[in-house]
Amino acid sequence: MSYSVTEPSKPQKWIAGLLVAAYGIITILPLLWIISTSFKSQNDAIAYPPEVFSEFTLGGYVNLFTTQTRQSAEALEANPPETWYDEIVHERGMAIVGPSRFGERFMNSVIIGFGSTFLSVFLGTLAAYAFSRFRIPLKDDLLFFILSTRMMPPIAVAIPIFLMFRGLGLSDTHAGMILLYTAVNLSLSVWLLKGFIDEIPREYEEAALIDGYTRFQAFYKVVLPQAATGIASTAIFCLIFAWNEYAFAVLLTSGNAQTAPPFIPTIIGVTGQDWPAVAAGATIFLVPVMVFTILLRKHLLRGITFGAVRK
Amino acid sequence: MAEVRLTGITKTFGATVALDDVTMTVPDGSFVVLLGPTGAGKTTLLRMVSGLDTPDRGGVQIDGRDMAGLTPAQRNVAMVFQQYSLYPHLTVRQNLEFPLKSPILKTPQPEIDRKVGQIAEVLQISHKLDNKATALSGGEMQRVSIGRALVRNPAVFLMDEPLSSLDAKLRADLRIELKSIQAERGATLLYVTHDQIEAMTMATHVGVLDRGKLVQFGSPREIYENPVSIYAASRLGQPRINVLPADVFGGAPARAVSIGLRPEMIVQGEGEESFVQRVEHLGDQTRLHLRFRSHDIVTVTDAHTELKSGDILRIRPHNPFYFDASGARLA
Repeated sequence: MSYSVTEPSKPQKWIAGLLVAAYGIITILPLLWIISTSFKSQNDAIAYPPEVFSEFTLGGYVNLFTTQTRQSAEALEANPPETWYDEIVHERGMAIVGPSRFGERFMNSVIIGFGSTFLSVFLGTLAAYAFSRFRIPLKDDLLFFILSTRMMPPIAVAIPIFLMFRGLGLSDTHAGMILLYTAVNLSLSVWLLKGFIDEIPREYEEAALIDGYTRFQAFYKVVLPQAATGIASTAIFCLIFAWNEYAFAVLLTSGNAQTAPPFIPTIIGVTGQDWPAVAAGATIFLVPVMVFTILLRKHLLRGITFGAVRK
Repeated sequence: MAEVRLTGITKTFGATVALDDVTMTVPDGSFVVLLGPTGAGKTTLLRMVSGLDTPDRGGVQIDGRDMAGLTPAQRNVAMVFQQYSLYPHLTVRQNLEFPLKSPILKTPQPEIDRKVGQIAEVLQISHKLDNKATALSGGEMQRVSIGRALVRNPAVFLMDEPLSSLDAKLRADLRIELKSIQAERGATLLYVTHDQIEAMTMATHVGVLDRGKLVQFGSPREIYENPVSIYAASRLGQPRINVLPADVFGGAPARAVSIGLRPEMIVQGEGEESFVQRVEHLGDQTRLHLRFRSHDIVTVTDAHTELKSGDILRIRPHNPFYFDASGARLA
């Protein structure tokens, strides 16, 4: 097989560009639809044929964050709305009686998602370094064993885990969910990071050992900064899994530690399923992962060919 | 500075014997060059002294202290690697400061600044101090790498082919620089190379390694003039020593199997006829490629020689080396 190293021709570039654009539109369309639904009124959201451009309202977001009750006409008259969100609710003959559960559920997602990501990456880095650098008995078997936990869908062991969690009192706790997601992510994390650490030449650490540092200091001062790229990409993969996980969250959490994914579909308004509120929940739910990915993008793109060791 | 004493060092990696019972003393303040082709065990020997690897058998003493069980940091050695392994996430200055800031040395900042400035001056990298280590040329990287060893005052410097990646001019400059730094400080230096010019110009002692064995240890001159074997004789001398069957010239001792002829051991203009195949003018000298009874001989002649290929030249051995069947020198 031969590879061309010449610049692609103009038509080739156009075709490639169009294909990428078409793919981009197909993937982003559902996302745009969810975002636009979150700004519709309940009637517009379920209108058929669907309305692409409809009246803009923040009603979905207000419903997402509040609980409301229906009011009599006199009561509405007696309590004029004080804020913009009061007004939206008021117009529908309702009054806000308090915040909804969404805020708590969202915070649960943040604690469990980032907590398990931190643990997965922290433990993964230490394990990967050990596998990469030390002579460990049965190393290959251990690595295969770690990988084998990924050879079936995690949910296949849902029943044993459910029973185990009940026995250990971990059901519906933050610690339990962090532990579970860390356990699932750890194999991915160890394997990914081992690959990255294998790429870092041992000479760096050896130089640091001779320069008067201990093994741990050499790891901390020399290996970690260079593994930043790998750690960032591993963290993104771990966070995306933990953040989006639905099945275990439904099974193992109900109140205290319930995350956003099982909560969002249960948002029900007075007149049935409140689609704009569900869409608003999904939209807000997307934000942390996107921000996290964008923040770490610099490390992802920095490339791995920046070493100063001549190969 | 200190004396390094190696006793019966043996190291195997799987089935290969990297070092085989090496015993050697590097005297205090000496510049010892380890010579040998790739795989002879030179780098492994350095790693034994540094503590990056531990011997299967035998021991290392530095300044009279047994090094068994001590980490590289505790041994107080500085090492320059063959691959310039600068810390790529740091600047040149931070690279040079790194050993001085170690928990063992904890040098105060004014002294760090003074030492780094001084070394940067010597190695001509002062103008690059605030560059990222990765933004340097190969030669600059290697100079920083050497600088990182020189900022310290270790018991012994270990250098693993530090000049091999540099161009000829820089190599010649740094050779002189290294030698004068070593002489000034009275530093003990263990230096690995396969470049015999480096060995001849810098070494106070040369150790010749052959497949993990130390076959000869002595001054460069001693090894050149009095090699113990064909192998040791072939390490030094440009052009290489010519090794021919002992009986091509008469007068070989009884057990001799080979005769070794350095260029200065071949008298030209008398003796037996050889055929000039090629004449190479190198400027300061001229090399002759001779054909003598179906054997090739390379020797040196006058820079302005009239000889040209196709000529006939008479040659005669003068005080040659004789070797037995195993390649060992016959006295």
